[in-house]
Amino acid sequence: MTIHRPAALSLFDGAVLAQAGKDSMIKLDPRQLVRNPVMFTTALVAVLATVLTLRDVTSGGAQSGVMVQISAWLWFTVIFANFAEAIAEGRGKAQAASLRRTKSEAVAKRVSAVGSTRHEVVAAADLRSGDLVVCEAGDSIPGDGDVVTGIATVDESAITGESAPVIRESGGDRSAVTGGTRVVSDRIVIRITANPGEAFLDRMIALVEGARRQKTPNEIALTILLVGMTLIFLIVVATLPAWASWSGTAIPVVFLAALFITLIPTTIGGLLSAIGIAGMDRLVKFNVIAKSGRAVEAAGDIDVLLLDKTGTITLGARQASEFLALADVNEHDLAEAAFLSSLADETPEGKSIVALARIRFQLKEPERADMIFIPFTAQTRMSGVDLSHAQIRKGASDSIIAHVAERSGTTPGRGIKDLVQLVERVAKSGGTPLVVARDGRPLGVIHLKDIVKPGIRERFATLRAMGIRTVMVTGDNPLTAAAIAAEAGVDDYLAEATPEKKLELIREHQQGGQLVAMCGDGSNDAPALAQADVGVAMNTGTQAAREAGNMVDLESDPTKLIEIVMIGKQLLMSRGALTTFSIANDVAKYFAIIPALFLASYPQLGALNVMGLASPQSAILAAIIFNAVIIVALIPLALKGVGYRPAAAEVLLKRNLVIYGLGGLIVPFIGIKLIDMMIAALGLA
Amino acid sequence: MDAYGILQILIFAAAVLALTPVLGGFMARVYDGRARLFAPIERVLYRLCGIDPAREQNWVGYALSLLVLHLLAVLTLYGLQRLQGFLPLNPAGQGGVPPDLAFNTAISFSTNTNWQNYGGESTMSTLVQMAGLAVHNFLSAAAGISVAVALIRGFARRSARTIGNFYVDLTRTTLYLLLPICVVGALVLVWQGVPQNLNAHAEAATLEGSRQVIAQGPVASQMMIKHLGTNGGGFFNANAAHPYENPNGLVNLIHLVAIVAIGAGLTNTFGRMVGDTRQGWAILTAMGLLFLVGVLAAYGAEARGNPALGGMVNLEGKEVRFGIAASTLFAVVTTATSCGAVNAMHDSLLPLAGLVPMVNMLLGEVVVGGVGSGLYGILVFVLIAVFIAGLMVGRTPEYLGKKIEAREVKLAMLAILATPLGVLGLGGLAMITPAGLAGIAAAGPHGLSEVLYAFASAANNNGSAFGGLSGNSVFYNTALAVAMVIGRFGIIIPVLAIAGSMAAKKTVPSSAGTFPTHGGLFVALLVGVILVVGGLTYFPLLALGPVVEHLALAAGTLF
Repeated sequence: MTIHRPAALSLFDGAVLAQAGKDSMIKLDPRQLVRNPVMFTTALVAVLATVLTLRDVTSGGAQSGVMVQISAWLWFTVIFANFAEAIAEGRGKAQAASLRRTKSEAVAKRVSAVGSTRHEVVAAADLRSGDLVVCEAGDSIPGDGDVVTGIATVDESAITGESAPVIRESGGDRSAVTGGTRVVSDRIVIRITANPGEAFLDRMIALVEGARRQKTPNEIALTILLVGMTLIFLIVVATLPAWASWSGTAIPVVFLAALFITLIPTTIGGLLSAIGIAGMDRLVKFNVIAKSGRAVEAAGDIDVLLLDKTGTITLGARQASEFLALADVNEHDLAEAAFLSSLADETPEGKSIVALARIRFQLKEPERADMIFIPFTAQTRMSGVDLSHAQIRKGASDSIIAHVAERSGTTPGRGIKDLVQLVERVAKSGGTPLVVARDGRPLGVIHLKDIVKPGIRERFATLRAMGIRTVMVTGDNPLTAAAIAAEAGVDDYLAEATPEKKLELIREHQQGGQLVAMCGDGSNDAPALAQADVGVAMNTGTQAAREAGNMVDLESDPTKLIEIVMIGKQLLMSRGALTTFSIANDVAKYFAIIPALFLASYPQLGALNVMGLASPQSAILAAIIFNAVIIVALIPLALKGVGYRPAAAEVLLKRNLVIYGLGGLIVPFIGIKLIDMMIAALGLA
Repeated sequence: MDAYGILQILIFAAAVLALTPVLGGFMARVYDGRARLFAPIERVLYRLCGIDPAREQNWVGYALSLLVLHLLAVLTLYGLQRLQGFLPLNPAGQGGVPPDLAFNTAISFSTNTNWQNYGGESTMSTLVQMAGLAVHNFLSAAAGISVAVALIRGFARRSARTIGNFYVDLTRTTLYLLLPICVVGALVLVWQGVPQNLNAHAEAATLEGSRQVIAQGPVASQMMIKHLGTNGGGFFNANAAHPYENPNGLVNLIHLVAIVAIGAGLTNTFGRMVGDTRQGWAILTAMGLLFLVGVLAAYGAEARGNPALGGMVNLEGKEVRFGIAASTLFAVVTTATSCGAVNAMHDSLLPLAGLVPMVNMLLGEVVVGGVGSGLYGILVFVLIAVFIAGLMVGRTPEYLGKKIEAREVKLAMLAILATPLGVLGLGGLAMITPAGLAGIAAAGPHGLSEVLYAFASAANNNGSAFGGLSGNSVFYNTALAVAMVIGRFGIIIPVLAIAGSMAAKKTVPSSAGTFPTHGGLFVALLVGVILVVGGLTYFPLLALGPVVEHLALAAGTLF
């Protein structure tokens, strides 16, 4: 299986940058700006400053040179914020473009009934939910749907990047097909489940591009905080002239505008939507499509992870780990019997038995001519081999015991009691016992072990440190489940799980206020996927599961839940860090602007000019330039997200507070000073 | 700074710390209904007022009850003042209080501000002092505590619709907490020499042979609730600098401890009621840090003396009986809380020392703060701090297991906006209107400080005055009263709404992924957020007032 993930765009791709530059002008449209209250305010102030500056220029005011520059930088502040958003969107669009290529002007063969042989050719865009279409080898599947009849291999590489075709058949858990994929062989009839524009691919494109992005709950809360801060500073700046009049200071309105814009949280305000879009983008890079930003955010809040045992915690197949012979049986004999009976067994378990026997006793494969292999059937629940001199069977303990009793015609004796003990020992340790018998005499037990994926224990420890509980979900009996749970290091397990039990477990956790994530693929997982706060559907799963979940993993890798949680956390952290940075910046800006405004009235306030800025004009200019330029400087951080290593909350907070809080205090002092020196050197003020 | 001064501060701090868990535990018993000593009295009161004590209210009901009661109380107090000339218990024969002053005083006392644009002994009859002002001292304090308790319940409850019954909380606060402490405390004060009588003013001939009118009255009973309820409205114009209000060092200490006791105790009550006393201690630690910085800054500035006078000790405006340390301590305590009683004239403090009371108020009076209002004020800051910090740990922010979402952020920001609107907006109005400018006494930055202080005091319901400003004018009586209303109810209503929305939430069990709110990091963060939010809002004005005055003073310029 080869997976190709979308090619990683370099942070500043030339084409994206050029488009973003254009878009940042288009985004000056007030109808778009109004979505971002902080930037809308900035734009309004920029308009005001521009008008006042023009008036001053025409009347030949003394300050007009500085005023022109301030007005220009106010506009740059808005444009830079637009630019950040446009870059984030542009990167998404580049990814969406490759998806869109698969959405050609496909045509569909619509049929009136499942059995119908006649079809009419219609445009794929005209298909409605409920229509039936037929697809044959070479046809492109015109829309999302469920296979109603037939079985076919489908090439889904366009969506998943997985080059090997997959089987899609009616009924069962592999009935969902996606528009834009291609039938490679056979013929299927599909019931379309999505109306035009609502298909999976359409939603993916819309989300990746950020076009239909809605603000997430946390984003709304943060925006409210930013609006609140803006209002506070509005009161501060608007009332300042009144208070200043006491000392006879008249402050030019353009200077006040500069003070206001530097104080309000333009940095985070300008980068907020870019952070959100980039978060979705990072998920796409992981080949996970979130159906909403809300889901990504919820991922960061997850308290409980439900993980399927098989495939997620353990390797899909069990491995033979030891031969347990009965007291009067030689281990070599047991191994040989197991070896012979498994030679034709193509299952991973069978292969692992052969491999183990080879390693332990260097057994050689005999001539197969005189061997008659007995395949596993649901009735006998045994498999084995008939040799010229012996008959060997292996299988679940109850079926072998029944087989032994039937062969010997006697009730189980002492040997059987020992056997049951061995069987229980294996089960208790979390393994699956396979009993081997030769000629109606039990020899011993093969211990098939669930192999816990390497490294998974450490990952669970990491999750625990992050405060996330892991619950293993398995159909095994409680004994086996407990043993594997202990080995894998999960916090809890749900044994003998049924879809109902799973749903109940999720509800129970949610009742306690916890957020639950799970992944699943089957139709019977759909209710639980819908109930979970983050439900990741496997792309190979059914349409029902994909509809129910709020994310789809294109690679169908259940361990990815862990990455999804981390991306969600990183998204929130980026917002928090830049908010802190933005607010902390204000301290330095005050020290730049307040002495500058009042120096004429109170020369003593020069003592507050701790940065030693050249002149009042250059100080104000330096502050407003820093305020604009910092947005651009932080675009890479907004797109990549702040650095995140899983750790306890307190550790994370301490680190981020130092970097973005303390850093936010110090950086602008340095930045404003440097800009001031440049202004002085260039003679701009 | 000398050892004696520092010792006074330490004794005060130790007394408060010792009282906190005792009073905190007791209040927890009062508000969860375990204390039942006065149950028979309660029953009679509830029956008389037609209150069903078992019927709890949602936040809207709670807020409406509070507002209606305050409206009635304001009208009553206004009427009492206007009509005092016709009413009994008027031994000094005071005439009716002018309308604007009566309005200002009625608002002032019902909002727990106790800003006084009048001299108590020369304006108010004994009836007004007792049936009007003293009643409001109890009522406004109990109302503040009730709101805090309602907010605590919001955090403590899960998936609940109600936050308590306002009338029951008010009654129980008065009956179990305020009255018993005041009765005992007042007796102690009487023992220490504070008068408590209904006599008319006495006349005495001084040694120089001149005639002196000595005002007296029910002082001790007023004193205790004035401090305990962080009211601050003095019986006498000189407030706690008057020897009848504050006869000696012991009484001074009792006053100081009484001012802080309930506010500090409530942090402990909070911890107990949410099931984790460490949460309360963390908040008290943050308050304590801010307090300590304030005291040391103010005391340090005063102890260094006046540079313009060659470092001479600055005793202007201070009672020599108390000296520098006890005066600055009182100034810091009274402004850190929303008390506003004074034993020295803040106007005469050196600029940096005068800056501290101003900053204390401008930060929202959350350093212990007013009874109740201090706790709910700091909890608003906690929500903002936790919201920002919570994002930085990568989770939807939560406090005590309650998620902080858009609604709570909105309400918290509304509460934070109220005070700047009152201080900067109305104060700014004073700076540009002739009526406002007419009241300012000093020139230069000190004049600005006078106005800033007055509106900071009013909008934060403190009530202490900087002096200098002539506040008894129609303009200031009205503008300051409006600032008091904004600062009181502009915060109480959002806070009750927060209580309602918190109570309705589920409580998420904490994990390693949740940011612990009882540790040192949280305390540092909270202090940082309070300083940054308050500092950023008022930096320009502080620079134009006390800071520039300090810088000028250092250079030898006086205003």
